[in-house]
Amino acid sequence: MSGMGKSAKPASVRALLYSARFRGVLYQVLVVGGVVALGWYLVHNTLANLAARGIATGLGFLGQESGFDIGEGMIPYSAADTYARALLVGVLNTLKVAVLGIILASLIGLTVGVARLSRNWLIARLATLYVEGVRNVPLLLQLFVWYGIVTALPVPRQAIDVGLGVFLSNRGLKLPAPVWHESYWPAMVVLALAFVGLFVLRRWAVDRMNRTGHPFPWLSTGLAAMVLLPLLTLTVTGAPVEWSVPELRGFNFQGGVDLSPEFAALLAGLSVYTASFIAEIVRSGILAVPHGQTEAALSLGLSRAKTLRLVVLPQALRVIVPPLTSQYLNLLKNSSLAVAIGYPDLVSVANTAINQTGQAVEGVALTMAVYLVVSLALSLLMNWYNSKVALVTR
Amino acid sequence: MIKPEDDIHAATAAADVEEPSSAVVPAPALWKPLGWAKSNLFDSVPNTILTLLALFLLWETVPPLIGWGLLHATWSVADGTAGACRDSAGACWALMGEKNRLMLFGVYPYDQHWRPLLATCIVIAMLATSAPRRFWRRELGYAWLAAIVVVAWLMWGGVLGLSYVETGLWGGLPLTLGLALLGIVLAFPLSIVLALGRRSNLPAIKAICTGYIELVRGVPLVSVLFMASVMFPLFLPEGVSIDKLLRALVGITLFTAAYLAEAVRGGLQAIPRGQEEAADALGLPYWRKMRLIVLPQALRLVIPPIVNQFISCFKDTSLVTIVGLYDLLAASKAALADPEWRPYFVEGYIIAAVIYWVFCFSMSRYSQWLERQLATGHRR
Amino acid sequence: MKSLKAFTVAAVLAVAASPAYAGPTFDAVKAKGFVQCGVNLGLYGFSAPDDKGNWSGLDVDACRAVAAAMFGDSTKVKYSPLSAQQRLPALQSGEIDLLARNTTWTLSRDTANGLNFTVVNYYDGQGFMVPTKLGVKSAKELNGATVCVLPGTTTEQNLADWFRANKLTYKPVVIEKNEELAAAFIAGRCDVYTSDASQLAAIRANEMPNPADYVILPELISKEPLGVAVRHGDDQWMDVVRWSIYAMIAAEEKGVTMGNVDQMAASSPDPEVKRLLGVTAGNGKALGLDEAWAKAIIKQVGNYGESFERNVGQGSKLKIARGQNALYSHGGLMYSPPFK
Repeated sequence: MSGMGKSAKPASVRALLYSARFRGVLYQVLVVGGVVALGWYLVHNTLANLAARGIATGLGFLGQESGFDIGEGMIPYSAADTYARALLVGVLNTLKVAVLGIILASLIGLTVGVARLSRNWLIARLATLYVEGVRNVPLLLQLFVWYGIVTALPVPRQAIDVGLGVFLSNRGLKLPAPVWHESYWPAMVVLALAFVGLFVLRRWAVDRMNRTGHPFPWLSTGLAAMVLLPLLTLTVTGAPVEWSVPELRGFNFQGGVDLSPEFAALLAGLSVYTASFIAEIVRSGILAVPHGQTEAALSLGLSRAKTLRLVVLPQALRVIVPPLTSQYLNLLKNSSLAVAIGYPDLVSVANTAINQTGQAVEGVALTMAVYLVVSLALSLLMNWYNSKVALVTR
Repeated sequence: MIKPEDDIHAATAAADVEEPSSAVVPAPALWKPLGWAKSNLFDSVPNTILTLLALFLLWETVPPLIGWGLLHATWSVADGTAGACRDSAGACWALMGEKNRLMLFGVYPYDQHWRPLLATCIVIAMLATSAPRRFWRRELGYAWLAAIVVVAWLMWGGVLGLSYVETGLWGGLPLTLGLALLGIVLAFPLSIVLALGRRSNLPAIKAICTGYIELVRGVPLVSVLFMASVMFPLFLPEGVSIDKLLRALVGITLFTAAYLAEAVRGGLQAIPRGQEEAADALGLPYWRKMRLIVLPQALRLVIPPIVNQFISCFKDTSLVTIVGLYDLLAASKAALADPEWRPYFVEGYIIAAVIYWVFCFSMSRYSQWLERQLATGHRR
Repeated sequence: MKSLKAFTVAAVLAVAASPAYAGPTFDAVKAKGFVQCGVNLGLYGFSAPDDKGNWSGLDVDACRAVAAAMFGDSTKVKYSPLSAQQRLPALQSGEIDLLARNTTWTLSRDTANGLNFTVVNYYDGQGFMVPTKLGVKSAKELNGATVCVLPGTTTEQNLADWFRANKLTYKPVVIEKNEELAAAFIAGRCDVYTSDASQLAAIRANEMPNPADYVILPELISKEPLGVAVRHGDDQWMDVVRWSIYAMIAAEEKGVTMGNVDQMAASSPDPEVKRLLGVTAGNGKALGLDEAWAKAIIKQVGNYGESFERNVGQGSKLKIARGQNALYSHGGLMYSPPFK
């Protein structure tokens, strides 16, 4: 640097070298250059390696026939379908377990978190036992245990008959299901309307509460409407109700809907594990609400349950939501452990596709892209929710 | 991830909450237990119902578990077969006696098992030594360096009279501990760079660091490990190959760094802006400002989150079994692959779970204690 | 600071790259002094480690033969245990030098996957195993069954094809590791276990608490030529692997065994035996190996028949008959091109 200072215009060069803006630009050029060079180096090597080994590249394989079957899925799929559809089945399976897992984990987590603060000594201790016991053991190990438990159930021929056409065996839980009928459409429309109505009702109830101070049980009313109105429609339209009841035919139960052991084990493992973290979040959220709030509510004559629901939890949500978001994201990502117990999630399907086509780079890149998009969508949703519950100051 | 500082509030506040209830009833000494039970378990109808439910649950589960796990359990077998276990109704803890070496050390050469055992003991001893704050001195760093050299020598061998053991044969607890420890240690410097980069004023650097952190945090560790294990060799020039263990370690490090970077960033954000402004006013250049003023304060704050990250790293190493390394969990499963002992998988998993639990629980307790210790200095 | 990191990484990579073996696999193997061989995680008879971590099996013998040819020492092998899903990427990426992991030779693996198959070291076919108490006599009765199958195998595809062709339905259960899949089958999670017939025999003999409770159905639904594969791009290496295994077959054809190989080398008048064992020089030089390469293989690993009987045949728990794997002169498919 001192050598440069001796050049023709020492003052200006020095000034340039020491100017923060110039340095900033220089650093950035260096870093971007370095990252680009590294990226180029890796891509170059990869392409050279792939070419040298004659491995196919590109996403063309997505249109080919997959030739393998998938145990369960939410859309019709057979071995004659394409890789793209196979991957879609995997994505939907991942989403299914993640969404249900998030709901279950939230419910268990909320319950246990509240229970940990219970004045009932026994309940509080049991909740602590659950939290400390579960969160300090790797999820993968827990999944193996869950899978071991589920497969230790009796075989279909000795299935446990729960009654009402519900059977439990190591092939999963079989439930009777109504057979779809064309004339169900009006009832479905009513159900959708009732669902929308629930939110309208909530808005009205909150509004009335703010105006008059009279609460309205919007949740129970709304839910009751969601169940009763479609049933009423069914009766009025006179649609035939036909149940597909599981029955043992050949090797397995046929008919009805079923919950596979792999899915059950994964769902149980994910929600029980994540719930132990959510419980801690809920607990610290509740504790972050000043105790005066509870005392004030109690002195107004609110019951303990109402105090919790109307005063404490809404305030606690502000503390709870941000860390809750990252737990939801963890659950989504942890669902990839499905591969270890044979639930056909995205990673499991993609691994098979990679193996058959030999295109590991494309397969892993696609998998990661899907997870990124879903993670991003989930955090956007949670951020939107967070902004709704956040304290509005001034 | 739970923010550990919440735990502190929780712990102190919980004490506040529980105290009044037990202090309310001034019962005579004889009636104390009864009074306590009345005020804590049966003070209202719903509470009584809850208590009775919980008691019923315990009655249904605890005695059978004790019967299975203790009273009827088989603790050892004479002939090395599971015959004695098959005849008993209880747990088969004899599995531990028969398979403990395979579970703890994987496929490490059998006659050399004292080496990973000693290495594990050294690492645990060093971890214990590093726990109290009064030992946080420069000498501890040297001790760690020496310990790492000794452990590496014990595991690899090849010099000073020990036979060479390739990394492909490493397994069990030493592998789990090693991957977690090295993963954190190597990720730490990277995470500082990433965290500083994310808070940088230079847009390109900020974009790159933010992009990296969010990208890695958005994908599952399984994919990262799969990429490290299968695709890494494709990234390198023809003919260069990296050890399988090293590849998994690189994957874990890159993954952990992104999470750690967010913890460090949290620490950086907690430093009052005035500190940096004062350093700027003194004319300190960026790196000296960071090294002398900001980082020493910030890193102090992030020690508990780092311990928590270490715990999750410790648990996450169990995923390397998916890419074919024999960590503690995989080694336990390998021990259970023996058809003779396969029926006793529950016992095997319980043993592995207890090992994981002891490590994770003690570390999380340590992290909470440490937080209380460190927090005192900041209270005004 | 980020630039520092990037440069450091680049520099480390450059340093790591500079002493690398720029040449193909043959030179790389020669330079590092051992063969990195991809094998099954544990399949009795083909590749399985014992309690002390020593590997044995028919596929392991292929690895050992190549090491004996390269270095005159069959112990110069390092084994990479691979799951079915990991094996192809591991070979493609260069993690292993050859793949001897009961892998079926197919067109797509030979082309799009970037592999070259050398020799078939076991002719197999896919079969079904069911619990005896199900009373199933033929695979055609399997409509509606739940089937345990390893993911990422030709077996998985054959299964889909066969059920489609026969208009039957099934539900797959896919778990990546042999022993976990077997555990699920034993627990009754599936009605049927499908795999190559040799694997079924191995699993039945080894993994099952009571082998008599399980029966292997008579139908074989596919051709499964299990071969030893290398990756594209090094013909010399492919030649060495191919002829190492042919040497074992040729030795059986000519009656050369582990026991008599020295004597045969010293006294056999057969010109082909002389060429095989390097008494007449030329073959070794052509392959870039020591002239005694094949002699080392037979002395340390044995001929194909010996290896077969020891690992999967009468000398093992599996007791598989030679069948298709007998020499062509005995009605089988094993045949070595001439050592000329």
